[in-house]
Amino acid sequence: MMSVSRRKFLGWLGAAGAGVISGGAANAASNKHFKGYPDSLGVLHDTTLCVGCRSCEAACNKVNALPAPQQDFTDTTVLERKRRTDSAAFTVVNRFKQSESDKQPVFVKKQCNHCLEPACASVCFVGAFKKSPQGAVIYDESVCVGCRYCMIACPFEIPAYEYDKALTPRVVKCTMCHPRVLEGKLPGCVEACPKEALLFGDRDKLIKAARKRIERFPERYVDHIYGEHEMGGTSWLYLSGSSFEQIGMREDLGVTPAPKFTEGILGAVPVVAGLWPVLLTGIYAVSKRKDKVAQEEQSQAVSEAVTQAESQADAKLKKALALAKKEKEMAVKKEVKKALDKATLAKKEAKKKAQEEATDAEK
Amino acid sequence: MSEEAVLNTNPITPPAQSLYTPFNVVAGIILIVGFIVTILRFTGGLGAVTNLNDNYPWGIWIGFDLLAGVALAAGGFVTSAAVYIFGMKRYHSAVRPAILTGFLGYALVVIALHYDVGRPWRLPYPFIAQQGTTSILFEVAACVALYLTVLFIEFSPAAMEWLGLRRARNIVIKLTMVLTIFGVILSTLHQSSLGAMFLIAPSKLHPLWYSSHLPVYFFISSIIAGLSMVIFESSLSHRYFAHKMDQTHLDEKEGVAFGFAKAAALVLFGYFAIKVVGIAMDNNWHYLTTGYGAWFLVEMLGFVALPCFLYAVGAREKNLNLIKWTSALAVLGIVLNRLNICVIAFNYHLPSDEKYVPHWMEIAISLFVVTLGVVAFRFIVTRMPILYAHPDYQEEH
Ligand code: SF4
Ligand code: SF4
Repeated sequence: MMSVSRRKFLGWLGAAGAGVISGGAANAASNKHFKGYPDSLGVLHDTTLCVGCRSCEAACNKVNALPAPQQDFTDTTVLERKRRTDSAAFTVVNRFKQSESDKQPVFVKKQCNHCLEPACASVCFVGAFKKSPQGAVIYDESVCVGCRYCMIACPFEIPAYEYDKALTPRVVKCTMCHPRVLEGKLPGCVEACPKEALLFGDRDKLIKAARKRIERFPERYVDHIYGEHEMGGTSWLYLSGSSFEQIGMREDLGVTPAPKFTEGILGAVPVVAGLWPVLLTGIYAVSKRKDKVAQEEQSQAVSEAVTQAESQADAKLKKALALAKKEKEMAVKKEVKKALDKATLAKKEAKKKAQEEATDAEK
Repeated sequence: MSEEAVLNTNPITPPAQSLYTPFNVVAGIILIVGFIVTILRFTGGLGAVTNLNDNYPWGIWIGFDLLAGVALAAGGFVTSAAVYIFGMKRYHSAVRPAILTGFLGYALVVIALHYDVGRPWRLPYPFIAQQGTTSILFEVAACVALYLTVLFIEFSPAAMEWLGLRRARNIVIKLTMVLTIFGVILSTLHQSSLGAMFLIAPSKLHPLWYSSHLPVYFFISSIIAGLSMVIFESSLSHRYFAHKMDQTHLDEKEGVAFGFAKAAALVLFGYFAIKVVGIAMDNNWHYLTTGYGAWFLVEMLGFVALPCFLYAVGAREKNLNLIKWTSALAVLGIVLNRLNICVIAFNYHLPSDEKYVPHWMEIAISLFVVTLGVVAFRFIVTRMPILYAHPDYQEEH
């Protein structure tokens, strides 16, 4: 008890943390984990009972009003090559032989497995696929754009496309006879199977029934119910006498529901949208600041250079001025001296003249 | 083409020579064939012109036109981020051609999608009819639609200068910073999400290409694609539109090539390293000895490691020619990577006779779309101030 509530608490804590990190949009973007609708219906296909009569194919063709096939449904030569579902066949039966001479081939019916958490539904960008509470995965052609991402995503290679229609191409696949089931009828294929290789009912009960068969006849079945956990579980379940790989069913799909593969990415959207602007503006600010600093440094350098140049020019000027002054002074001195010289000369001459005059007067 | 007619009446363009230049003839043939196939596609459905089938719902229209197209159009966000956010002003003259290439690239991606989806008139449905918010494709669609708008606005000043709408132009120029940041966010999201689209199919994509790091790989390789496309586009422009380039553009051109080559070498190195780490983490070494492994090695060595080395050499030795050819190699490498993921290594478990090979008409439409882009690019750079600064607005650059 303690550990459960503790785990729960940690779960909440984690969820709250994730919510804080990724913001509100994450919830809108992520697929809530869910384990299928309670009491949803399914079909158990016991391949050990299938005789490859193709009655199910014929019934499917009829109830879904599909185009008539090229070869009649009673013609078993079509079993010679492996087929897949296409736009004219929601279901196909394939034959598997262990060797060329194998006298006891295995027949396997293939159709949409109606996953509990369908890849096709999780990838459709208009939400054209819905898992119904009854179990069927239903397609709404009125919104489908035709991107065919659902076909890329489906791990069981089921949805097909009407490539030959120019205006109204649709994705086509088994509906698990949803309309018939709502009317209380059996799916067409289940109703038509003469060998009870198909069993329709409550998925949980089908799993119990399948397990009981495995327990009762351990030599007849491999101990695995295909579809119980594959890709998170499917509404269609399979029993086999040999390994599923040998009857054309992939065993490497794992148990992770498809939506889980992309959840992390969608959760990252708000993080990117929230963090990038902050980061980028930061980088911008830094680079701008770098620019500014560089600019400042530059202008400072310029002004320094200017003042230096100025002071240099100043000094030069002063020197020149001083020189000029000195020169002027010298010139003045020279003039003065000249004048003085002249004056002394004149004085001397005057003196001389006066002396001469004096001597003249004496005579 | 009517394009030539417009050319002749426009006084800005130099007098057009003969209509029958090799470029015009080849482009003309591709456009005519494309036009005919277009009619077939929309009257006969996808089956009439493609080899798509139920196992291969996506062919080269997704692998090349969408995935490679979006990656190669990353030059717009890479260059504007470098110049406006990281402040590398010396690459300024590369912004407008890169934005133009990006804008045309995204516009063409959207056009190509109209061919690929079954009911193209419903393309707005994810926004107006019903939102499939659990879909990565929904995120991609939203981001591409928004980013195309952003690129259009970022490109519009060139058109406005051409048309003389000074007031409107000045308003948009003021938005540069906001648009750039918005563009980087949107690009980060959808470039990586294109890779994330394949996360849903671990059972179909070969383990050497499938990785939970696909979104990271796609984002990083889109930077390589963007840088390489800028170099590639600028060398082509220089060859054919040199007369349209102003002195600044000519002066900065080499610097752009050297700088971008150095950056691309670094990113390629990082890309190579994280791919190796990815293989080590998933312990996928043993696949390398298979046929797909050999092909993977071709991609990794020939189209990642080799261009990385050549870019580094080219940047160090200032060898413009080498850089030019390396950019083409790197661009091819991105195309190859996207085709590998979408087509070649997809459904690796199917026998070879069930594998998809494109119909020639699919290739014709892809060529048609590329040609539309080249013609539009030529139309715009011969008229609008893309490779030169408009004389009336020079001081404001
Ligand atoms: S089997 Fe395929 S088509 Fe059917 S529900 Fe699952 S994912 Fe969808
Ligand atoms: S093809 Fe239709 S149903 Fe399938 S994912 Fe696209 S829109 Fe949805």
